[in-house]
Amino acid sequence: MNDILVTKDVSKHFGKHTALNKVSLEIPKKSIYGLLGPNGAGKTTLIRIINQITYPDSGAVFFDGEPLQAKHIAAIGYLPEERGLYKSMKVGEQALYLAQLKGLSKQEAKRRLKYWFDRLNIGDWWNKKIQELSKGMAQKIQFIVTVLHEPKLLIFDEPFSGFDPINANIIKDEILKLSANGTSIIFSTHRMESVEELCDHIALIHQSEKILDGKLSDIKKAYKNNVFEVGLEVNDSEQFFQEFIEKFDVSESEFNPLEKQLDFKLKLPSSDTGEVLLYLNNFGRVNRFTEKIPSANEIFIQTVQNKDANE
Amino acid sequence: MNKLKLIIRREYLAKVRNKSFIIMTFLSPLLMVGMVVLVAYLAKLNDNEKRIIAVLNESEFFSKDFTTDATTGYVHFDKINLEVAKDSTAGLGFYGLLYIPNNTHVEDVAENAFFYSKEAANTSVLGNIEAVFQKRLRLQKLQDLGMSSEQFEALGDKYEIQTATFAGQQNLKGINELKAAIGGAFGYLIMMFIIIYGGFVMRSVIEEKTSRIIEVIISSVKPFQLMMGKIVGTALAGITQFAIWIVSASLLFFVAFLLFDIDPSVLGNKAELTSNMGVNMPMNLPSGNESVEQYLREFFKLPLAMLVTFFLIYFILGYLIYSSIYAAIGAAVDNETDTQQFIFPIILPLMLAIYVGFFSVFSNPHGPIAVGFSLFPLTSPIVMLMRLPNGIGEGGVPVWQVITSIILLIGTFIAIVWLASKIYRIGILMYGKKPSYKQLFKWLRY
Repeated sequence: MNDILVTKDVSKHFGKHTALNKVSLEIPKKSIYGLLGPNGAGKTTLIRIINQITYPDSGAVFFDGEPLQAKHIAAIGYLPEERGLYKSMKVGEQALYLAQLKGLSKQEAKRRLKYWFDRLNIGDWWNKKIQELSKGMAQKIQFIVTVLHEPKLLIFDEPFSGFDPINANIIKDEILKLSANGTSIIFSTHRMESVEELCDHIALIHQSEKILDGKLSDIKKAYKNNVFEVGLEVNDSEQFFQEFIEKFDVSESEFNPLEKQLDFKLKLPSSDTGEVLLYLNNFGRVNRFTEKIPSANEIFIQTVQNKDANE
Repeated sequence: MNKLKLIIRREYLAKVRNKSFIIMTFLSPLLMVGMVVLVAYLAKLNDNEKRIIAVLNESEFFSKDFTTDATTGYVHFDKINLEVAKDSTAGLGFYGLLYIPNNTHVEDVAENAFFYSKEAANTSVLGNIEAVFQKRLRLQKLQDLGMSSEQFEALGDKYEIQTATFAGQQNLKGINELKAAIGGAFGYLIMMFIIIYGGFVMRSVIEEKTSRIIEVIISSVKPFQLMMGKIVGTALAGITQFAIWIVSASLLFFVAFLLFDIDPSVLGNKAELTSNMGVNMPMNLPSGNESVEQYLREFFKLPLAMLVTFFLIYFILGYLIYSSIYAAIGAAVDNETDTQQFIFPIILPLMLAIYVGFFSVFSNPHGPIAVGFSLFPLTSPIVMLMRLPNGIGEGGVPVWQVITSIILLIGTFIAIVWLASKIYRIGILMYGKKPSYKQLFKWLRY
């Protein structure tokens, strides 16, 4: 079994509203799996089903090869998007309580908490109440509580909201370390730049259905549309343009007269670049010729819009 | 199960360490004892005020009757005329002047006697004086009929009927009031506990929602466990509070009575009344230690073990039913101001139970209204407890009624907890909507 979590045709309805419609996912072990989708797509419902907070109307969920059951709660760590802590409870006591609810013994929880508090330099917060901490500080505690029981699968829902850039980086590094140590991670977010940085697999959920999933690199390959970015050092730009535009699809051109540099985007009918390169060489020096790989953001927007347009 | 224990422990500690809880726990007994002691002290002051009444007695009939006692002092004027006596009474600052003219017949004397005072006279003062006259008049009439004054003294005029149940058990008059007071106290205690601690449960659920910790916890434990842990933990905190109140209040009373030198039996009447929310019940307690002892003896004759056992059963079931409703309400709303529309229907049956109890059950403990309300599960914890001091079985509450009410209560408990936990499970993850009854009903079907 190479998948930590598999969902098969999972559906969930609330009254007449369909929250999930036959969603099937395979989340590979040790991957960082991006769960993407517009607001209200059904991501949170799916995550709640994985956490056994709600149950699917139909379909099945398998954790590490076994049907999902109560004992798996201890093997999953969940950082919800709507998160908070008891305001009037002390930090240490609260962390101990939440760790014990996940099945750790008191001694073990204490030992691990001390390790994490030292690691994130927050050892002196132990006896403070949550209401005395800033939002970012409370988020750190929450992160520790989520990973403390060393789960096999971690689920982060918008983990970076509420963090300043410095702390967001600290948390990102911790997530990467956890992944390197073999933890599988589901990562739900709207922030595509962090998807680009962290995820190796993604799934896109839209209007309760999965519309795209797979390895991020494969998806990008599939979404390439033979657009190239070209930088050409050319003597007579006007003459070049008149001839070139007739033969090729060019857009976003920009000419820098000082360096005689012409930048433009070029869309080819196929992935064959031989002819166009020969052609370009006749006019001047090709400084730059790169294939434009679509960003996760573009894929996200394009897929969602295509789906909406098809309906 | 282990998780449930952890949740109960946290809820208990969170409640007990709360500042307002600590202040309430230790301040309330002080306030209560302070008030009772103040009332008792003032009553004592009042009793100590002694009125002095001047007596101008021109007849021989009442020469020995008006003598100074604990509450009233009598000063006898001799051989002065009425006007002078009036002036002297006012000048000496006495309370009033009793004028008894001379005549050959006691009836005529009584008819022409007068009481003069600065303001309208106090009824109890007049009552005492009138009693003296009445007795003297009756004596005179009986003497006219040929009875000697010794015979008259031996006559005695007090009579109390003895009462017993058909089973032959002898009981004291007023025992029904005592039973009612005990049942009422139990019922009232249950209502207060449900309203106060049910409210705590509800606020604690709302707090978890507004602080957004709920989803963190719900991913580790089942919503049902969390709800039950909360209900039990809060109840334990409440029981702790009650225990502290009872112990500290009795200690404080003891100390206060020593300090202020107040005889507790003086308070008999007042304490009974305050413990029943000021609902006025005729407690014909004759004063004196003898009857207090009698009441104590009767009190210990009551089936106390049975009462306490049933108090616990009805208390636990009643509290569980109501506090799960409170928990469901807390889960359905986002803040406390939205709870009003849901809370009123909960408090209604509780208030109804108390009023039905006080106005119907006490006068007719086994009448149809009392039976009906002691079977209906939302009122039975209170109303049945008001009936139970009469005993179970013959002469008391029929056994089938007790069993039926407990079975109905358990059935309702299971149904309500099941429904409440459904609403709770959905509600805790819903934000930003002010739910209507219609929506709650929809949640039940999810």
